[in-house]
Amino acid sequence: MFAETSLNARNKKVQGLFRMLFMLMTAMLILPVLIILVTLLVKGGSVLSIDFLFTAPTNGMTAGGIFPALLGTVWLVAVALLISVPIGIAAAIYLNEYAGENWFTRVINLAIINLAGVPSIVHALFGVGAFVIFFGFGTSILAASLTLAIMTLPVVIVATRESLRAVPMAFREACWNMGATRWQTIRRVVLPNAVSGILTGVILEVSRTTGETAPIMFTGAVFFTPFLPQGIFDQTMALSLHLFVVSTQVPGVPEDLPYGVALVLIAMVLIMNSISIAFRMYLRGKKKW
Amino acid sequence: MVDGPAPAVALQGDSEMSRAHGDIPLTLEVRDLDIRYGTEAALSGVSLEVRQHEIFGIIGPANAGKTSFLKALNRMDLFNSAMHVTGDIRFNGHEVRQLKNIYALRSRIGVVFPLPVGLPMTVYENVALAPRLRGIRNKSELDIIVERCLARAALWDEVKDRLNSLGSLLSGGQQQRLTIARALSQDPELLMLDEFSIAVDPVTTMRIEDVLKELRKEMTILLVTNLVQQARRLADRTAFFLDGRCVEVGETEDLFTGAVQDPRTRDYIEGRFG
Repeated sequence: MFAETSLNARNKKVQGLFRMLFMLMTAMLILPVLIILVTLLVKGGSVLSIDFLFTAPTNGMTAGGIFPALLGTVWLVAVALLISVPIGIAAAIYLNEYAGENWFTRVINLAIINLAGVPSIVHALFGVGAFVIFFGFGTSILAASLTLAIMTLPVVIVATRESLRAVPMAFREACWNMGATRWQTIRRVVLPNAVSGILTGVILEVSRTTGETAPIMFTGAVFFTPFLPQGIFDQTMALSLHLFVVSTQVPGVPEDLPYGVALVLIAMVLIMNSISIAFRMYLRGKKKW
Repeated sequence: MVDGPAPAVALQGDSEMSRAHGDIPLTLEVRDLDIRYGTEAALSGVSLEVRQHEIFGIIGPANAGKTSFLKALNRMDLFNSAMHVTGDIRFNGHEVRQLKNIYALRSRIGVVFPLPVGLPMTVYENVALAPRLRGIRNKSELDIIVERCLARAALWDEVKDRLNSLGSLLSGGQQQRLTIARALSQDPELLMLDEFSIAVDPVTTMRIEDVLKELRKEMTILLVTNLVQQARRLADRTAFFLDGRCVEVGETEDLFTGAVQDPRTRDYIEGRFG
């Protein structure tokens, strides 16, 4: 009764082939990541040191470290987060918890999708026009971070809205039925259960912001400055722009220096992403329903 | 938080309007209630009265409009833009659809639905939520409320040692009793139960039924059930809903002993359909 027929055998063979095919495709995903990491490590690993991280570039940026750029990137990302996270979360809460389905929310949703699709160089030019010139912030951390914030706002909004949506409607209704207002329900039931997804979205935003170059190069990041940023109206160096500069704009840079800069940049991004993934796994384990 | 404690006086105060029916005050007076979802009618022309401190049963087959009826009472139509309610619903004499303070209305009506909803917080927090919304902060006061409500819902003994574990991880039957405890923690004037026993085992169902008989001294109970015998065991009066209409309202015993009866009611009660 259970003897294998020729049809069974054929099905099994075809199924094996497809399985192999899909597995190969999956394996190919890892290749670029591996190649990038290995190349960077081999070619740039030698320049990495505490000194490299914590000293300024010297000799017309052909030697020394990357500290001003590293610090500048931290500034830019932090200020951008301070702007985009509150706005993004508030907007997502409004869209998901308060707003009904009407033309207004449809327009906003359309705007979010389009905002996410705007090329970063266009954001950069917008940033120049709006923040540098119109608002008169000059080329400064504030102008650059505002540009970054607007660019990454859709990420925060979408991630927040998705995690709010994942909280079952029945929880809200149960709470409303007890006489709770929308805000009481959001504060006591919805947000505590969505906070993990929101944080994950924020961390992903950080890793995206860290690597952006175009939006900051006209708005606040500079080629080189001997000063460390003291406040949000200063100009600053930034890691991503610095990488562009030392690999293409400055003659006589030793070959391993740009690789070292790239390694630091990608390490920052990978570390943020790993934190995000670890966090998500931790919270998934603690899922409450 | 922002809204502060609900003004209790506004709703409880005058029961003049609700004394229309002899000496027995009415918790609910429903006149010509129509409910539709989009263009589809769910309930039409329902009029009935629910007296204070009675257990009022509603029986009827699926799709008779029983749940929609409950939803109209505490303004759950506001959750669903497709749901339209017309007609007159008076709760303690107040037309519910003219009440500005729907939060006060809802806090006076406890609701238990067929599928248990354990909120994703601890057992304790589940039951302490409604008192907290009312503005009770004192821990010992909350402790007392939580214990009393859990005990009344026949759940205290099972969870007293794990009040801090997640309510949403209890078994289905326990979650349902948690839902009942939560409804009781509102200290409601009206308790609405919609087929509460679907997810509960028979023994627990019996225990909850005993609890309901006790609770009746303190509140009015509206019991929607698909178990005809449950209505018979508990309800003082019973309404029979069919196809979006209220066919008959009567003393439960009359319905079951064959006095004044629509033939459709008799058929349903005797199990010939539904």
